[in-house]
Amino acid sequence: MTNQKAEGRRPSGRLVIRNCRIIDPLNKRDEAGDILMEDGRISALGKDIAPNGAEAVKGDGLVACPGLCDMHVHLRQPGREDEETVESGSRAAAAGGFTAVACMPNTQPVLDNRGMIELIRSLETPLCRVHPVGAISKGLEGLELAEIGDMAGAGAVAVSDDGRPLTDSNLMRRALDYCRMFGIPVVSHCEDKFLSADGSMNEGPLATRLGLRGIPSAAEASMAYRDCRLAALTGGRVHIAHVSCAETVEVVRQAKKQGVAVTAETCPHYFCLTEEAVVGYNEAARVNPPLRTKRDVEAIIGGLSDGTIDCIATDHAPHSLEEKEVEFDASPTGMIGLETALGLCWTHLVEKKVLTARQLVEKMSVNPRRILNLAGGSLEVGKESDLTLFDPNAEWTVDPEKFKSLSRNTPFAGWKLKGRAAMTVVGGLVVKVD
Amino acid sequence: MKWSRKDLLDLESLSVEEITMLLDTARSFREVLDRPIKKVPILRGKTIVNMFFEPSTRTSSSFDMAAKRLMADTVNISPRTSAVTKGETLLDTARNLEAMRIDLVVIRHSSSGAPHFLAKRIKAGVVNAGDGQHAHPTQGLLDIFTMREKRGRIEGLKVLIVGDVTHSRVARSNIHGLKKLGAEVAVCGPSTLIPVGIEELGARVFHKIEEALEWADVVNILRLQLERQKKGLLPTLREYSRMFCVTEERLKAAKPDVTIMHPGPMNRGVEIDPRVADGARSVILDQVTNGVAVRMAALYLLSGGDAPLSEAIRKEA
Repeated sequence: MTNQKAEGRRPSGRLVIRNCRIIDPLNKRDEAGDILMEDGRISALGKDIAPNGAEAVKGDGLVACPGLCDMHVHLRQPGREDEETVESGSRAAAAGGFTAVACMPNTQPVLDNRGMIELIRSLETPLCRVHPVGAISKGLEGLELAEIGDMAGAGAVAVSDDGRPLTDSNLMRRALDYCRMFGIPVVSHCEDKFLSADGSMNEGPLATRLGLRGIPSAAEASMAYRDCRLAALTGGRVHIAHVSCAETVEVVRQAKKQGVAVTAETCPHYFCLTEEAVVGYNEAARVNPPLRTKRDVEAIIGGLSDGTIDCIATDHAPHSLEEKEVEFDASPTGMIGLETALGLCWTHLVEKKVLTARQLVEKMSVNPRRILNLAGGSLEVGKESDLTLFDPNAEWTVDPEKFKSLSRNTPFAGWKLKGRAAMTVVGGLVVKVD
Repeated sequence: MKWSRKDLLDLESLSVEEITMLLDTARSFREVLDRPIKKVPILRGKTIVNMFFEPSTRTSSSFDMAAKRLMADTVNISPRTSAVTKGETLLDTARNLEAMRIDLVVIRHSSSGAPHFLAKRIKAGVVNAGDGQHAHPTQGLLDIFTMREKRGRIEGLKVLIVGDVTHSRVARSNIHGLKKLGAEVAVCGPSTLIPVGIEELGARVFHKIEEALEWADVVNILRLQLERQKKGLLPTLREYSRMFCVTEERLKAAKPDVTIMHPGPMNRGVEIDPRVADGARSVILDQVTNGVAVRMAALYLLSGGDAPLSEAIRKEA
C-alpha cells in the first residue's frame, strides 16, 4: 500500500494509449490501434477512437498486450523480508512488465493453511496482483495433505511443494485426485532427490572437469513421467515447473499426445544459458534444476515453439548477497528473474524467430492465466484494464543495482537486451517503468 | 620467461611452459633438500598462511616445511581452531588474514572452487592445496616430477590411475598435467567410481585391472575412501580389493620396470598390496620428498621469484 504514489498513479479521468500495436491472442488481434480506459476498465478499443480530452500516452512503436503473468516466483515473505517482500517483489514485477504473479509457499512459516494464504492476500499492493500457491503437504514435509480445500477457498490458485517434491508417489496421487474438486493444478518441481543427491550442477563432462557433483536429467524426467502417469490415473491436473532438459520436454510431449492434463513451464535461464555459465565457479549460475547443455536448450526451444511448453515463468528466487556469495556448493540455488524476463524472451525468442510476438504473449500472459484460472489474459471492452505496454526496440544493459527487487542475484548482469516494459496498468492503476 | 600468475589453482589452466618452469624450479630445490643445511633464505620476510579446512597431515606438513626451508614465516590454521567454526565466512576469514599483510594463502577446502573463490577476492596469492574433487595441483606436479625423475621423460609415457577417480582431485590434476606434457593416460576402477565424460579429459578407461596393468609404464594408485561403500558405490571393500587391488601377483603381467606410485595415505591391503607398496618398484617415499621441492618451487615463483634460480640458491646457501 505504501509507495503507491511514488510508483503508480490512478488517472482522474480517462486514459488513452494511442497508436500502439495491440496483441491480444485470445481475440486474434494483432494490429495498430488505441486503447481507452476508464474507471479501471477498458471502455473502447480500435482505430482512431475519439479521446475526448482523455489523458493520452503515445504508443508509437510500443506493444500493448494483456498484462504479463509470472506463475512461479518466490517472494520470501514471511520469513526472509531482507531478501524480498510481497511489496518489493511487486515493484520488481511491475518494473519487468508483470501485472500478476503466483508466489510459492516455501516461506517461513510455510503457506500451508488458510491464515497464511489470507496473509499473502492482505499484503498485496495495487502495483501487481499476487496469487498465493499453497503447499501440498503440511509444512512441506511430504507426509500429510495440507488443508487444500480451505486454502483454495481463501484464494490459493494452485498447490505445490516446490523445491521439496513429494517422494511419496501415493501422496502425489492423492493430491492430484483431491485437487480435482477445486479445479486447481498441482505444480510439480520434478526432482528425484535420491538421484540429485548432493549435486550442484548438471551431470556430465563439465561437472567432471570442475569437480562438482552432478545432477542427471533423469532426476527431473523420471519424476515428470511419474507425475504425468498419476495425472492420467486420477484425472487431476499437473503442471510441470521449470522444465530444464530435453528428456522432460519429451515426457510432456508424449503425455500431451495421450491426452493427459499436463501443462509445463520453463524459465529464461533454461534457454538463454547453458552449464558453461558455471565455469569459474560462478555461484550466480547455481540454480535448481541446474543449467544444462546446448542440446537441452535446443529441446526447450523446440518445446516452446511446438507448444509442448505452455508458458514461461521466472522462478524468481531472491537470495541475500552474504548467503549467495560463498563457495559454489554451499551457495543457495536460484536467481532472480522478474526484471530481466521480458528482455531475455524478446531478445532470445522473438528476435531469433523462435516465437512470434503473439506466441510470446500467449506464453507470458494468456497461458499462465489459463492454467491458474485467473481473470484477464485478453483486452476487451468492459473488462478490467490489466495490460502491459512494452517497447520491443528498447536496447538496454542489465544493471542489478537498478533492480527494484531487494536482491541482486542474477547471472545476467551486463547483458545487452532488446525489449523492455514501458508501463503496466493494473486495474486502472498506471505503473510507469523508469 | 617469467612467472606471471598470482595464484596456483589448477594445472588445467597452466601452459606447458608454466608447468615446465615449476618442474625445473623444483629440481633446483630438490638438490637443496640433500644438503646438510636444508634452508635457503630466499623468502625471508614473507608470510604464508596455511588454511586447511579439511584434515591433512601430509600435505599441510609438506607445505609448512617447504615454506620453512625458504625461511618464510608460516601460520597454520585449521577450522577447529579458527573462526570458521563460529560461522565466519571463508571470505571474511581471508580478508582478515589479508589485513595482517600476508603474502600467500595455501588453502585446502572440501568445496570445489573454494580457492578460485578466494583468488578472485583477495590480493594475496592463493595456492590450492586440494579443493573438493576438483584439483590438487601440487600433488599433480610432484607426481609428474617423480615420473620425470624415474622415467626420464613424460612424452609418450603410459600412466595408469587406479581407483576412485570420481572423487579424486589427484586424478584430475594428474590427467591435466600429464596430457599437457604429452603422456598417455588411462584410468581403471569400478564403473561407479569413474566419472561421466572422463574420456573428454583425454583419459582412456579400463575396467579390468589385468589389462590396464599390462598397458602401463607407471601405475598411480589412488586411496579408496572407506565411506564409498556406505554411499552405495561399492558392494564391499572386499569385492573392491579382489577386483582392483594392485598385488604382486597381478604385477607379474606388468612391464618389469613398471613404476608404482601412491599419493597417500595408503589403505594397505585394500587398494595396494603391502609388498607392492614397499617393493623395489615403488617410488612412494620419493614422491613425499619431491613434494617438498615442488611446493618450494610453487611458493618461490608465486612470491615473485625468477626461474632459473640455481645460481641464486648456490650463492645464498
